[in-house]
Amino acid sequence: MEVKKRYISLYVENQIGVLAKISGLLAGKSYNLDTLTVGATEDPTVSRITIGLTIDDITYEQVIKQLNRSVVVIKVMDFSDVPIHKKELLFIKVSSCSEKDKAEIFRIAQAFSLEIIDYDKSHVMVQCVKTEGGNNDMIALFNDTFINRIEVVRGGSVAIEAISTRDQ
Amino acid sequence: MVKGTEIIVKALKEEKVETLFAYPGGQAVDIFDALYGVEGIDVVLPRHEQALIHAADGYARSTGKVGVCLVTSGPGATNLVTGLATANYDSVPLVCITGQVPLGLMGNDAFQEVDIVGITNSVSKYAVTVRTREELPRILKEAFYIARSGRPGPVVVDVPKDIQQAMGEDYYPEGVSIRGYKPNESVHVGQVKKAVSLLKKSKRPLFLVGGGVNIAGANDAMRRLAEFVGVPVITTIMGKGAIPSGHDLYLGNIGIHGSYAANHAVSECDVLFSIGTRFNDRITGKISEFAKDAKIIHIDVDPASISKNIVVDIPIVADAKLAIEKLLEYASPLKVEKWVEQTKAWKEQFPIHMKQKEGLTPEKIIRYINENFSRPIITTDVGQNQLWATQYLELEGNRQFLTSGGLGTMGYGFPAAIGAKLGNPDRQVIAISGDGGMQMNIQELATAVALELPLILVVLNNGYLGNVRQWQELFYGKRYSSTCLKYRRSCDRNCGSPDKCCPPYNPDFVKLAESYDAYGMRITKEEEIGEAFAYALSHKHAPTMIECVIAPDLNVFPMVPTGKPLSECIMDC
Ligand SMILES: Cc1ncc(C[n+]2csc(CCOP(=O)(O)OP(=O)(O)O)c2C)c(N)n1
Ligand SMILES: [Mg+2]
Repeated sequence: MEVKKRYISLYVENQIGVLAKISGLLAGKSYNLDTLTVGATEDPTVSRITIGLTIDDITYEQVIKQLNRSVVVIKVMDFSDVPIHKKELLFIKVSSCSEKDKAEIFRIAQAFSLEIIDYDKSHVMVQCVKTEGGNNDMIALFNDTFINRIEVVRGGSVAIEAISTRDQ
Repeated sequence: MVKGTEIIVKALKEEKVETLFAYPGGQAVDIFDALYGVEGIDVVLPRHEQALIHAADGYARSTGKVGVCLVTSGPGATNLVTGLATANYDSVPLVCITGQVPLGLMGNDAFQEVDIVGITNSVSKYAVTVRTREELPRILKEAFYIARSGRPGPVVVDVPKDIQQAMGEDYYPEGVSIRGYKPNESVHVGQVKKAVSLLKKSKRPLFLVGGGVNIAGANDAMRRLAEFVGVPVITTIMGKGAIPSGHDLYLGNIGIHGSYAANHAVSECDVLFSIGTRFNDRITGKISEFAKDAKIIHIDVDPASISKNIVVDIPIVADAKLAIEKLLEYASPLKVEKWVEQTKAWKEQFPIHMKQKEGLTPEKIIRYINENFSRPIITTDVGQNQLWATQYLELEGNRQFLTSGGLGTMGYGFPAAIGAKLGNPDRQVIAISGDGGMQMNIQELATAVALELPLILVVLNNGYLGNVRQWQELFYGKRYSSTCLKYRRSCDRNCGSPDKCCPPYNPDFVKLAESYDAYGMRITKEEEIGEAFAYALSHKHAPTMIECVIAPDLNVFPMVPTGKPLSECIMDC
């Protein structure tokens, strides 16, 4: 069956062990997640989790139902067919940079609207805030250009329903 | 101001808990102290926490009330795990209170500390650690509510020792409001109407009834519905008893050891109307062939059970009883006599009987129970003993047949019988076990004797882990690896079959029963069945174990081999 990238947003109780409950539930059912992020909301008793996953329709329906069933889940929002804003934070650290490398990184940053947030004599650190797909492209680009010299850390997508715009 | 332990006792009283299954230890001793001398709560002491939770489970299944367990931290809590999974699978309402090390020591690998919530998350409906004295009453109230509402299940409440001791308000809430938990309490009439119109067009309709109908107590409504529309009924193991086993429209169990009639009916029906089952692989056989000509209607209280294993055409999320009552309002009698005749012909042509006709057989023992007891409560263990019971027992209604259907837990049957008897002192309770499974909780003889329970414990002794032996015989070239219970080191390593040179069986079940101050009798002949049950019935205040020595090589048939469609059952009978 055809798999598709989707996002789910959950409101959950902000308690010890909730993240373990949710990730355990999904792992226990052998559902493979791409990303999962969590953080408290405007209401400190509630956290919001964004889950990104690449999955077929039938399994996806099960994931939604299983999440709904959990006592600690207050609300499940299925973002499959709603316009949303979604972004992921990505840091790329490049080491052993020559002056030429640095110039190249600054050029890339300008072309792709990345931010240089730190550097020294031989390192440069870039911050990308893009969609997961956009960040994948950046990682590929840096990997090709600075083979074996990059260190990557990414935060996982956060997503929120759009107010007026189409998908971002 | 009162201590946390007093709130726990208050909760038990408010929730009308009459029987508490409890085993003490260091992190629960304060709760036991608060229970000392309390009127109206019968605190029973099984001899192992696994048996304890199975007993609470048997109590819950047979009464419909919440079964309540109390154990200490660490090993006391981990011993519950198998019982939690057993209850979770079969939707049994339990509240399990576990002692925990004081909050300040949690996470420090303190003596007898385990993360029981982490361990049990995946095998319970809900598991929670109480972290403040203030939230204790609310959490207890919620635990009972979650356990018994919606699709019932076990709830773990982990209470650190300092919270047990802490002083706080003397109150227990009246109601609950859990923002993440709102079980469905209505029926979507539009879906019911759709189901009815699909049923109307059907030429070969069939009801498939699962444990949900028994749990919802919808038995009478189910029988009326089947009779009103005139549609045959098959059940899963957990649904057995949903309509009386002797009913004209009842075709038997579906599944890998189901009846020919049930398995053929499901393979040939054009509308399969299923209620309260999750289409577990034991009942579907090869999934792509399952009910392949049928449109499927599925009623379940748990949305996650719908379209999980089988894609459903008309889903109805509702409590079985509410939904069936709605169906009775909207449905009308169907003209499907030819189909009904066909299914009855299958039933008459291929009844289930054991191939072995001579001597003492499980079939004869179970038929004796059918004929001589009125509405007994029967528990089973797991294995051939369980499968024979599902095939030959005749049931009148729900809460009468307790078996570990989902998890298949050996060691379940005997302790469950203890719980059932405590909840139903006026009913005859009979446990049917195998010789292997009986030994998994044999220590409960002490409990049954202590509680003066006149249980009848039927041990079908075939000298083997028979169910596995059957697989080895049929599918593994008779390589009886680790299934012979007479085995001794000095035996021939390649022994392929029992003979007269076998060492004696151990234990001697009769002597074992007697050593616990229970009664025991061994029978080897058909003629002794009546005598053995009469002997058991003569003991009004103690359990009797009837060891039935049956042939070592009996098999359960019919049988559908793994991966085969249901229509391809091996009959051999
Ligand atoms: C706790 C547990 N361990 C292992 C099994 C696997 N198993 C299923 S049936 C069976 C054999 C049971 O033997 P016995 O209790 O003698 O019953 P019989 O099949 O002979 O009637 C085994 C080992 C199980 N279901 N549960
Ligand atoms: Mg056996």
